[in-house]
Amino acid sequence: MSNIVVDKSKVPWWVSNVIVPLVNLTLALLVSGLFVFIAGENPIEAVKLIIYGSFGYIQGFAYTLYYTTNFIFTGLAFAVAFHCRLFNIGGEGQAYIGGLGVFLVAINLSFLPVPIVWLLAIFGAFLFGAAWAYIPAYLQSKRGSHVVITTIMFNFIASSLMIFLLVDVIRDTNQMAPHTVKLPEEIWLPSFEAFSGILGIKIRYSPLNLTFLLAIASLFFVWFLVWKTKWGYEMRAVGHNTQAAIYAGISPHKNIIIAMCISGGLAGLLGVNEILGVSHKIQAGFPAGYGFTGIAVALMGRNHPIGILPAAFLFGILYQGGSEVTFEMPNITRYMFVAVQGLIILFSGALENLFRPQIESFFVRRLNREVNA
Amino acid sequence: MEFLSDIASLINSTLRISTPLVFAAMAGIFAERSGVIDFSLEGKMLMAAFVAAVGSYYLGNPWLGLLLAIIVCVCLSMLHGFASVTHKGDQVVSCVAINILIIGLTTALAAAWFGQAGLTPTLNEDQRFLEIHLPFADALRDIPIIGTLYSDILSGHYVFVYLAYLSVPIVFWIVFKTSFGLRLRAVGENPSAVDTAGINVYAMRYKALAVNGVLIAFAGAHLSTAVNANFFREMSAGRGYLALAAMIFGKWHPKTALIACLLFGFTDALQIRLQGVELPAIGEIPVQLIQALPYILTVVLLAGFVGKAIAPNAIGQPYIKER
Repeated sequence: MSNIVVDKSKVPWWVSNVIVPLVNLTLALLVSGLFVFIAGENPIEAVKLIIYGSFGYIQGFAYTLYYTTNFIFTGLAFAVAFHCRLFNIGGEGQAYIGGLGVFLVAINLSFLPVPIVWLLAIFGAFLFGAAWAYIPAYLQSKRGSHVVITTIMFNFIASSLMIFLLVDVIRDTNQMAPHTVKLPEEIWLPSFEAFSGILGIKIRYSPLNLTFLLAIASLFFVWFLVWKTKWGYEMRAVGHNTQAAIYAGISPHKNIIIAMCISGGLAGLLGVNEILGVSHKIQAGFPAGYGFTGIAVALMGRNHPIGILPAAFLFGILYQGGSEVTFEMPNITRYMFVAVQGLIILFSGALENLFRPQIESFFVRRLNREVNA
Repeated sequence: MEFLSDIASLINSTLRISTPLVFAAMAGIFAERSGVIDFSLEGKMLMAAFVAAVGSYYLGNPWLGLLLAIIVCVCLSMLHGFASVTHKGDQVVSCVAINILIIGLTTALAAAWFGQAGLTPTLNEDQRFLEIHLPFADALRDIPIIGTLYSDILSGHYVFVYLAYLSVPIVFWIVFKTSFGLRLRAVGENPSAVDTAGINVYAMRYKALAVNGVLIAFAGAHLSTAVNANFFREMSAGRGYLALAAMIFGKWHPKTALIACLLFGFTDALQIRLQGVELPAIGEIPVQLIQALPYILTVVLLAGFVGKAIAPNAIGQPYIKER
C-alpha cells in the first residue's frame, strides 16, 4: 500500500494542497459523526444545527467570525513556530499572559488618546505573550529541554500565576469572583453592532469587534515575515535542516528564540480580542482552549496563512454551530468538539499521508492520460 | 514522635502519589527506547482512568475494568504506531492529536452517558480497589522504627503501588538483560543496522508500543478505581508529561527514572502538606504557587540536567526501508 511511488514534481499543487486536505477533513468529520452517534444523538441533525447556528442568522454569523478571529491568532502562532520545527503547545498560557499585558497597558494608560491606547495595548499583548514563550525557547535552544514539555508546563504555571493575581492582586475588590474591574468604556474596541448601527442596520449583541481586522492583518504579517524576509528564510532553514543552516552561517539559537517569541506574541493577541474587544476585564480561564484549537487550525491549514484563514473559519463554524448543538441536544457537550479537534489533528496532521500516495497517483495517471490523448 | 509519624505519612503519600508516574515512566521507556516519541502518555492515562471507572461500574469488578483499560490503551498505542510507524506521520503531532481527542472524548462521553459534568458514578467497595493491609501490620505497629516502617509506610497501599515498584526491576531486566531488550534498544539507536540483521523494525516498534499501552493502563486505573472512586474531567492533570520529564531526567533508564518519579511524588506530597502553613520568615506561601511546584520542578529539572542526557539516537524519526 505504501509502495506507491509518485513523482512529486508531477503532482499538481491543488491535489496536494486542496484535494488531500479535504479528504482528510472528511474522514475526521465522518469519525466525529460516529462519536455523536455513540453519545446517542443523530449526526445528520447535528450537522443541520451546526449550519443553522453558524450561518442561519446575522448574530450567529457574527459569533462565527468572532471565534474565527481567535483561531487565526492561535493558528498563526502554532504555524510560525512550526516552520522552525518547534512545537509550541503553549498557546493557551501565552494567550493568558498576553491578556494580562493588554489589561495592564489599557488600565494604566487610559488617559492617552484612544487609538494610541489601542496600539500600545496590542503591543503589550504581543510583548507579554512573547515573554512567556521566551523562557521555553531559551531552554530548548541552550539546555535542550523539549519545548513540548516546557510549554505545557508553562500553561499550568500561567494558569496558577493568573489565578493568584486574579484572587490576590488585581481582583476587583468590590466583589468575590476572580476577575478584574472593567476597563473604561471609551477605550473599548468598537463592536460589529456599532458599525452596523452607523449603516442603519440594527442587530442584536455579538462579540465580533474590530480585532477581526487585526487578525486579517496578522495573516499578511506572517505571510510577509516567513516567506518574504531574510529572517523568515533563515528560520525555515533552521527548521528544515539545522546542520545545513549552521554551515550557512545561520544561528539556530537566535532563530529559535525569534520564532518562539513571534509565536507567543501572536497567541498573546488573543487577549486583545477577549479583553479590549469583548469582556473588557480579565476573567479566570478566558483562553478557554483556543490555544489548543490553534494546533488543529494550523495543521489543517498546512501552516500557511492562506490555509489558516479557511481552517480558522471552519473552526469558527464548529464552535458557534457547536454551541447551537449543545443547546438543542442534551447528550452533546462542548467537549465533543474538543474530540473533533483531536480527530482533525489526527487526520490532517499525523495521518496526512494515509491516502496521499493513492490520491496523488490517481491524479497523476489521469493527467498523463489527458496529455497522451 | 509526632515528627516521626509526620515523616512516615509523608513517605507513605510519596509512594502513593508517585505510582502513576512510575507506570507512565516505564511505559515511556519502552516506546522511546524503540525510537517512538510518546507524549500521548497523558491522553492514554486519562483514557485508562475513564475506561477503568466505567468498566468496573458496569461489570462490578475493578479487575475487569483494568482489563478493559488495558485493551483500550493498547489500541491507542497501536493508533499512534499506525500513524507514526506505518504511515510515517509526525510523532509529536500524533501524540498531540491523541491527547486532545481523549480530553474531549472522555468528558463528552461521561456527560452523555451519566448526565453529570464529566463525572462517572461513584464506585462502591466491590467496584474499586481497596487498600491492602499486610499481615501483622497492626501487631507490629508499636515496635519502634521497624513498626513504623512496616505498618505505616509499607502496609496499607493499593495493589497498584506494589505493582508499580515491582515493575521497575522487571522493566530493567527486560530492557537490559533479555534479547528482546537488546533488539528494542538497537531499534531505537540504529534501525537500519537492526534491519540488516533481519529483524523487522516496524514489528519491534509495535511490540514496544503494545507493552507501553499495558503499563499506562495501570496508571489510569490507579487514578480512577483506587485513589479516587470515579473518573472526573482531566483527572490526569499533566501526570503523563511529568512522567515523561522524569523519564528524560532519568536518561531513559528505569532506575534513575524511578528516582525522578519519587522526587515528583515527594514534591506533590509536600505541596499538599504546605498549603496554609505559615513558614518562618516567609509567611504563608500563596496556594497557587505551591500547587504549581511540580510543574516548576519539571522545568527546572529539564533545564538543569537534560543538556547532558542523550536520547535514543533514532528517536522521532520514522524508519524508511530503503527501496
